[in-house]
Amino acid sequence: MGLTRLALAYARRRPLATALVVLLLAAGTAVVALTLLIARELESRLTRDAAGIDLVVGAKGSPLQLVLAGVFHVDVPPGNIPLSSVAQLRANPMIAQAIPLALGDSFRGFRLVGTEHALVAHYGASLASGAVWNKPMEAVLGSEVARASGLGVGGAFAGSHGLAEGGGEHGALPYHVTGVLAQTGTVLDRMVLTSVESVWAVHDAHHGAAGADKGHAHQAEANDGGAHATEGVPREVTMVLVRYASPLAAASLPRQINESTNLVAASPAYETARLLTIFGIGIDLLRAFAWMLIAASALMLFVALAQALDERRYDLAILRTLGASRLQVAWVLVAESVTLALAGALIGLVAAHAVAAFAGKLVPAAAPLAATAWAVHPEEVLVLGIALAAGILAALWPAWQAYRLDVAATLADT
Amino acid sequence: MFELSGVEHWYGTRQVLAVDAWRAAAGEAWLLAGPSGSGKSTLLHVLAGLTTPTRGRVVVAGTDLGALASGPRDRWRGRAIGIVPQRLHLVGALRVDDNLRLAQTLAGLPADDERIRAMLEAVQVGDLAHRFPRELSQGQAQRVAIARAVINRPALVLADEPTANLDDAHAAAALELLRAQAQEAGATLVVASHDARVRPLFAHVYTLSAREARAA
Repeated sequence: MGLTRLALAYARRRPLATALVVLLLAAGTAVVALTLLIARELESRLTRDAAGIDLVVGAKGSPLQLVLAGVFHVDVPPGNIPLSSVAQLRANPMIAQAIPLALGDSFRGFRLVGTEHALVAHYGASLASGAVWNKPMEAVLGSEVARASGLGVGGAFAGSHGLAEGGGEHGALPYHVTGVLAQTGTVLDRMVLTSVESVWAVHDAHHGAAGADKGHAHQAEANDGGAHATEGVPREVTMVLVRYASPLAAASLPRQINESTNLVAASPAYETARLLTIFGIGIDLLRAFAWMLIAASALMLFVALAQALDERRYDLAILRTLGASRLQVAWVLVAESVTLALAGALIGLVAAHAVAAFAGKLVPAAAPLAATAWAVHPEEVLVLGIALAAGILAALWPAWQAYRLDVAATLADT
Repeated sequence: MFELSGVEHWYGTRQVLAVDAWRAAAGEAWLLAGPSGSGKSTLLHVLAGLTTPTRGRVVVAGTDLGALASGPRDRWRGRAIGIVPQRLHLVGALRVDDNLRLAQTLAGLPADDERIRAMLEAVQVGDLAHRFPRELSQGQAQRVAIARAVINRPALVLADEPTANLDDAHAAAALELLRAQAQEAGATLVVASHDARVRPLFAHVYTLSAREARAA
């Protein structure tokens, strides 16, 4: 019958207060841990999507918008650039690789990206089935697109105008699926790849057929900035993903492009860092709130223990008559407090991982969370340590009171 | 067994205890008599090493308590002293058998379930081992408290007003149980009581006189 067991017996004696403290602490810890997991996932996802892309070159506009549209495929692109600029960039000795992207259409909310085979290799993707596109109007589906649409090799679909769902369909020229990509864990999983020529072909046909009601098409284009080229107008792409030939290019190439051409060069690494700073504020706020929850539960723990001390004064005196030292009597309170704090923190951490795993399974956008949900973040050890410290801190004053308990006076006080 | 000489205890300028000399031999049963406020409880606490007297020498079971620091005195108490407190207080969060087990642990002794079972049988509450204290009657709780006081075979058993709330028959039975168990453990027994009914039951009586008038 050790004193730690006695401490647990005391905790069981008041189940309501114990459960409340543990729950509150678990909630605080869970939110802290979740912000850690989400921030890690966000950062690794952004880093993964941007890996190997040193520069995005596109039309004049906001560099952040360019990166969001061209690397993370969430924003609309600022506009188009002439096809000739791709050749121009490729001629630059500081550039090792330049992959053009033609954006503007989508399929069920997934982006149709007119590009070259090099993009598949860039993301390190392999084909789960079929082959890459070779002719206009052939398309390869990212793994998630295939899963969501149920389409496979041999299937056909019509692209919709615009990047969001609900645009007018280009029904006259359907795409034929020639391959499906294996999962990469990158934004590629949510893309439909085709040749740049397909995007041109669709829009040539669209503008030919819709010659009578041009108003509709161009109203939309003003917003989606699609890679549209009508006859007689030079061919265009939306942007170019650039890989440097050497790290030295970083020093001069962006400035060279921004100053000497009509194009904008944006660095994904720099824009990602900016983006994370913005997200970081929200995450920090949430985390501050969670720390307050933890502080509040430590305070509750303190109140519960201080109250318990009053009820147990005589008990503690009896322990002393049975041979317990001052330190042992103080330990009973510390042990109870620390046990509850650690239990709350552990429950919170497990809950955070469970929520991440669950969210990863349920919410497609959080799917990458599922894979890493149970990986332990190093800072979780720190969270446990802080919970431990909170437990000790909450017990400090009650334990001190127990330590200096006047046994004779307490026993005489009937 | 124990020997007190020149023991005085003061709270500030108020003297609460004065014992010129008191000796008890091993195995004796003593009644510590005196009116309320005469310092009976204080004297029990002095014997248990819970209160260090302002002056005087206290030797219990061969140990000079004045020479022991706080920590060693706590350990010594766990082994050498058994206390039946006035409120018969058992630890409410623990079952009856765990209360006895706790006494063994705190005395630094290994848990001895056989001894616990035997002690509970000896005080006729063997069937209550797994009850919580709040499920016991006052008489049952007192029996458990007596079992707990003697479980480590202490040299000295101290009981504070054990008959305070008992009728004649129960008072006699409780004292008889205390005496029998102390004897069985080979312990000296000191019962503090102002209850006139118990006086005829003791051959040895030490009487403290009223202190109110002796404030300095």
